[in-house]
This record gives sequence, structure tokens and C-alpha cells, in this order.
Amino acid sequence: MSTTTTPEAPPPSTRRVVIDPVSRVEGHGKVTLLLDEHNRVQQARLHIVEFRGFESFIVGRPYWEVPVMVQRLCGICPVSHHLAASKAIDVALGIASIPRTAEVMRRLMHYGQIMQSHALHFFHLSSPDLLFGFDSEVTQRNIVGVAAAHPDIARQGVLLRKFGQEVIRLTAGKRVHGTGSVPGGVNRHLTPAERAELAAQVPQMLSWCEQAVDLVAALHAQNPALYDHFGSFRSNWMSIVRPGGDMDLYEGELRVRDADGRILQDGTNVQDYLGLIEEATEPWSYMKFPYLRALGRDAGWYRVGPLARVQNCERIPSPRAEAQRQRFLAHGPVHATLAYHWARMVEMLHAMEVIAELLQDDAVLGGELTAPLPLQRPARREGVGVIEAPRGTLFHHYVIGDDDLVSWCNLIVSTTHNNQAMNEAVRSVAREYFDGRAVTEGLLNHIEVAIRAYDPCLSCATHALGSMPLEVNLVATDGQVQDAVLRHGDGRFERVPT
Amino acid sequence: MSRAALLVLAVGNPSRGDDALGPLLIERLQQLSLSALGDVELLTDFQLQIEHALDLEGRKAVLFVDAARPGTACGATLTPIHAAPCMLPASHALSPQAVLQVATQLVGRAPPAWQLAIEGAQFALGEGLSPVAEHHLTLALALAQQWLESQRPSAASPRPVSATPVPAQPPVGAAIPPATRPHH
Repeated sequence: MSTTTTPEAPPPSTRRVVIDPVSRVEGHGKVTLLLDEHNRVQQARLHIVEFRGFESFIVGRPYWEVPVMVQRLCGICPVSHHLAASKAIDVALGIASIPRTAEVMRRLMHYGQIMQSHALHFFHLSSPDLLFGFDSEVTQRNIVGVAAAHPDIARQGVLLRKFGQEVIRLTAGKRVHGTGSVPGGVNRHLTPAERAELAAQVPQMLSWCEQAVDLVAALHAQNPALYDHFGSFRSNWMSIVRPGGDMDLYEGELRVRDADGRILQDGTNVQDYLGLIEEATEPWSYMKFPYLRALGRDAGWYRVGPLARVQNCERIPSPRAEAQRQRFLAHGPVHATLAYHWARMVEMLHAMEVIAELLQDDAVLGGELTAPLPLQRPARREGVGVIEAPRGTLFHHYVIGDDDLVSWCNLIVSTTHNNQAMNEAVRSVAREYFDGRAVTEGLLNHIEVAIRAYDPCLSCATHALGSMPLEVNLVATDGQVQDAVLRHGDGRFERVPT
Repeated sequence: MSRAALLVLAVGNPSRGDDALGPLLIERLQQLSLSALGDVELLTDFQLQIEHALDLEGRKAVLFVDAARPGTACGATLTPIHAAPCMLPASHALSPQAVLQVATQLVGRAPPAWQLAIEGAQFALGEGLSPVAEHHLTLALALAQQWLESQRPSAASPRPVSATPVPAQPPVGAAIPPATRPHH
């Protein structure tokens, strides 16, 4: 399934700038900038090692355990793994459709996850950069700084996320490690009181979601040159859409557009994703590089996530979000990295509209919870589950053996799809802001902002106390470290003697 | 809103080796009798997030529990902590101090808080608890019980519990003697 590409040799007469966030005990990310003889950035390499061991963690487990266990792959979007695994196991077991109640409850859980994750990303991780500026005091550029300077915005962010978490708790059964989705359906309804509790908050949440879109649109209007230019590059786009092209973040067919907005692939059954996508590896990164088989490694890489989805669909099937999407798209195809934030808030509004609609459906209160297993067991129990997770398209692919244990699996997470794109974003930003001499705090800030726009899971797996700071090294072609800086956990920037 | 006066909030991933120390401490506390616990709510999560600031509202005191990197916690360490804008770079998670700071700014005050750091040794996906972490968990349970006892209404005014306990003997069968430090 995977190919190994020929390692791209560093150009002659280059030196390396290494940006090395030592994030935790096991894995860490690192950015290497390869400079040419004129001290311009020629290549950027973002190294992420968080995704090692997913498959070996899953293979050998009973299939019914998998939807629960995969939640432990990620501390930020466990529900996305929970649902993608459930959908894949459904297919593998030969369950053609699940009861309406199960579909509604799973969707409710999923859109709750989209909402809480988007709220976390925007209000906690991104709004500080956007509200205070990339070069503002790093100790201010966080949710604490937002809470001090813009308490209303911070409070809305916390309560929006809290609402999404409540939707998850009530549909999954627990605040964390939920068990709500099971092979063939779900294991619970909402009670009337639970539905009423959520429904009562809908008007306020919708209002805050709409204000969040207006906020990011206003920020863009204040500085369009920055927002349109920063980290901008052309790429293909991939997501699932409903047949006909409407946005659907839970179920659909694969669609790919090129950088000019032309549809390259459409209506691809998710079970056939391996015919659409190939994964390359590079010797310098644990994370693979997916690309479209038809276009090859060099031209076939693509972006996923909010910016891909709002441009890939024909329309968003909820009125407020669709109106905001039209405003967003008024200037034609959008390639800028910072536009992810605007698209993300459009999606958060859509997720809230969907939640409001699903809560009105009486199927959440009663009805069949699971589909029965087919009388005839499939000859080969294999299935693919695809879902649009907050950060982008998520694939779970399993084969179940005769002993009911998972015998093979393949997962492609959103951050992996965006691997090449994040390298391009870093390269674009570094080319503009590297002064050819040293790693400055300003350069580091801008690279962080570019990576953060994609919301990668750089350090989601574990978060023990005592994490190391962000480390930045400047390394010459002879391997000599010429410059080294640290960003400590409290935000201090320190130059280290070399 | 009626809430337990005390909150023990533990974070960690149960499937990441010694990162499970926080959730496992909660399990051990749940096995104790109600009278041993008092008026306390026990919560676990993968990591601290902004909404946890709302869990602090109306509490008399809070104990944050988390695994710690090798060499950072002397087995198990209990220390008082205060609100501070202490953010982790490139991470989705908040530090306990940042959660307290968010609570201060969102709801007006944060309760007195302590942090129980339990030293781990290995954190890879799919690993179980290491023998040395098992020993540290025993130390941490004793510290957590001391903290709960100190927070009872009949106890003297809240005070920091002894930061570093006298090392106990490792559980029967543990391969690592108590004086052995985990590999750094």
C-alpha cells in the first residue's frame, strides 16, 4: 500500500535551521529549514512522531472493543475515532444500514465533537494570535490573555466548548471514554429531560457561533493583506460530500478539487479509498505523505479540513452557515493558510445548526438502537469507515479474522493528510520571515502560527507534567549548531550558548 | 448548584503506559470507603482543557493529579499551586496553573489548589504500568489520602501536605528497589 520515495537530497551548499519542539516523553515534532547558498529557505520539513504504533495498538483486539479503545489514540478528538471505527466495523460485519435512532444519535455525537473541537482551537489556540498579533508578548498569546483582555469572548469560547462536551456526554454516556456507539448502532437514547436541557441552550449557542464567524471575518477585514497572503499556496482539496455535493461531515462520498476549483474526482465510494490515495514515506519523518494516485507524488498532494470542506461542497445544508460560506467565498478560491480559521468558524456554526435540528427529532428519545447481525456471515470481514473529523478526513480500515480479532488495520488521520501542506505552509512563511542569519523569536512565532492553522495533533497523546520547552537550533552544513534558542513552558524565549 | 466541596481532578491516557497514573489513582480512591473520602468529587480526563475551569466553581479546594516525566517528581510530590498564565507551547492542553487562571478570570475566583505529580518512566502507546510507577502510585495514594484528611472541616486550616513522603517499600514482586531512579 505504501511506497517509499527516493529521499530528496539536500541541495548543495545548504545549511539547516532546525526547530525542535520536544513535546513529551515519547514523541516530538521538529521543523528543519534547508537553506540555499543565498540563505533563502529552499525546503521545510515538519517532523511529527506522535502517530507511531496506532496499528499495533489495534491489531489483535476483539472487534467489539475497537470503537472504545481507539478513543485513546487522541486526547482531542476521541469521538471521531470512536465513530469512524464503529462505521468501519459495521461494514465489516455486513450491516448495510443502522436504525434511524442510531444514525441520529451518532450524528448528534459527531457534531457535538466538531463544535467543541472547533471552539477549543479557535478560542484557545488561534484567537490569541489573531487578537493580539503574532509578535505580541507570548505570555499574553493564550486563552488566559484572551480572558484578561476580552473576557466576553473567552467566556463564550469556554461555554461553547462546554456545550459540545455535554452533547458528547449525553450521547456517548460518559464525559470521556464513552461507549455510546457500538457495532451496528448505539446503546442509548436521550431522556426527555436531557433533550430539553440541551435544547434550552440552543438559541444562545447559535448566537455565539454566529458572533464567532463575524469576529474572524472582521479580523480579516482589518488586515486583508496579511490574511490573504500569509502562508498562501495552491493545492488540491479533498473531503467527503453527500451525493450531489452538499456538505456532510458524518457520511458521504469522496470528492477532490484542484487549486482552481475544478472537480478532479467525485462520487468515490469510501470503501475504494485505496484506489484514490497512495501513501509515500520519507526517511526523515514517521508520518506518511498521502497523495492522489492519479496525479502522482509531486502533484497529487492535497489539503483536508475546514478550508477544504467549505470549498469542496456545493452548499452547506443549513441556512446561517451557508450564508456565511457565501460571504467567505466571495473572492473566489481561497488558498491562504489563515483562512482555515474563518472556515472553521463557519463549520462551527453549521455544527450548531445541525445539533439544533437533530434535537428536534424524536428519534433521539426512542426507537431501535442497533441493527441485527446478518444471518449470513460475510466471507471476508473487511470495512472502511470515513468521517470528517474536526481537522479533516479520517479513515479507519479493518479486517476481522475468523477468531473475531482484528487481523489488519490502516488508519489515516487528518494531520497525516495535511502533512505535505503543513510543510508547504512552513516553507512559505519561513521564506518570507527568515532574515538569513539567525532564528529569531519573530520567525518562530510565525512558523507556529502557520502550523497551528492546521490544528495538528502534535502532542495530543499524553501530557505529563514536566514537558520540555520548545527548542530551536540553527545547524550548519557541517552539522555544527550555530544558534540555539528555547521557548519555555511559561513563554520565556532564551538563547542558549552553543 | 450543589457540588462536592472537594475536587480531585486527574488527567492521563490509560493506554499510554505510566500516563495512566492519574486515572489509576482515581480508581484507587474509588475503592476506599465514603467515610475515608469525605465530601469529594473524583473526575478524570485525558488532559486539562479550558472548560475544566468551570469544574472548579464552588469548590473549597482542588487537587490536580497527573503523571510526571522521569526525574521531575521524586516519586510522588504534593505541592500547593497558584493561578498563573503558564501555557504549554504547541499543545492543546492547559497546565493546572492555567486552569486556575482561567477560572479566576471567568468566575471571579479559583479555589485553593494542590498538584500531585506522580513520576512515571514509560509512556508509549499500548504499554502497561511500569513497576516503578506502580510503586509511585502507592506513594501518591497515601499523599492523596493525607490531602483529603487535611481538608476535612474538623482539620486544622488547609496546609500543604508533606511534599516528599518517606519512600515506602515497593510492592511485592516489584523488580526495582525504592532507591532506584528511573532512567532519564
